[in-house]
Amino acid sequence: MASTPTSATPGAAHGPDDAAHTGQQHPISLYLKIWLLLFVLSTLSYMVDYVGFTGYLRWTLILLLMVMKAGLIVAVFMHMAWERMALICAILVPPLCLLILVGLMAEEANYTFLTRGIFFH
Amino acid sequence: MSSNVSSESVTPGAVASGLRGLVADWSSDQRAFKVSWGKAMMWIFLLSDTFVFSCFLTGYMTVRMATTVPWPNPSEVFGLRIGGHDVPLLLIAIMTFVLITSSGTMAMAVNFAYRRQRRQCALLMLATALLGATFVSMQAFEWTKLIVQEGVRPWGNPMGAAQFGSTFFMITGFHGFHVTCGVIYLLIVATKVLRGRYEVSGNYQIVEIAGLYWHFVDLVWVFIFALFYLW
Repeated sequence: MASTPTSATPGAAHGPDDAAHTGQQHPISLYLKIWLLLFVLSTLSYMVDYVGFTGYLRWTLILLLMVMKAGLIVAVFMHMAWERMALICAILVPPLCLLILVGLMAEEANYTFLTRGIFFH
Repeated sequence: MSSNVSSESVTPGAVASGLRGLVADWSSDQRAFKVSWGKAMMWIFLLSDTFVFSCFLTGYMTVRMATTVPWPNPSEVFGLRIGGHDVPLLLIAIMTFVLITSSGTMAMAVNFAYRRQRRQCALLMLATALLGATFVSMQAFEWTKLIVQEGVRPWGNPMGAAQFGSTFFMITGFHGFHVTCGVIYLLIVATKVLRGRYEVSGNYQIVEIAGLYWHFVDLVWVFIFALFYLW
């Protein structure tokens, strides 16, 4: 920490180091490509339903396409890829707690389901 | 203690430790995020909103897993009948494409804002707002169809598990509310851009901040589309 005042460490992060100060400037073609990619991914996830995949194949494909689309939106459209690591960590790490919530609630739901099965037998 | 503090102020570079150090690290001129406060606060708001939507979706997961009654098939419930053919999820797919398109136009509006081409920027923002309004209209159509024709209520429906209605209206209703707020927000900022409000300061970051909100709305829809409609 003592060495921080010496320099703002330019170029340490990926991409343009002054992006945070002068605003994000990227070529329009980049946005158009991401847009096209999101269209393709959305079509693919719609096709999962249209074709009628079921079971683990369906769930894996849905989650995979969902994560890819979310990643593209956050990284490029919301410019997260060009932000500094401090902001990226502050925004993207806390939601990981939700995985614990989802795990706990899935256990709880299973228990409720089994209890109902016994009760309404 | 007082002698401790005075000795610290004499020697440059030395930092306080313990509780005093904790206070010092979180106050004075410390700065963690090297972006404007507006952008940092929008990100923090979006983080809190992430937790709100995640709680809804986790609640939906819980009731869907716990019910012993079969869940209504979303593919059939949200299907449209066109020309004698049942097309699954057609309206939802169109809504998805509309929202993605609006995200694309918003991203380009931000680009034009930083180039200070305010006419193109405002036009693209208005196009984004128009697409957003289209999305909300289609959602209103979907709700009407579900309530009037299919008889879905928050407390029950003729197709299966009663929880289907409550989670559907809660999740999509809250998302639709976000889109509506976003449309109003975009219209306000677009009007200001068009009037040259930001020419004075030359700072067009407000457009990027509004864009962050709009992309977030699109992001939430990605999760709702996957977890509610496709699952």
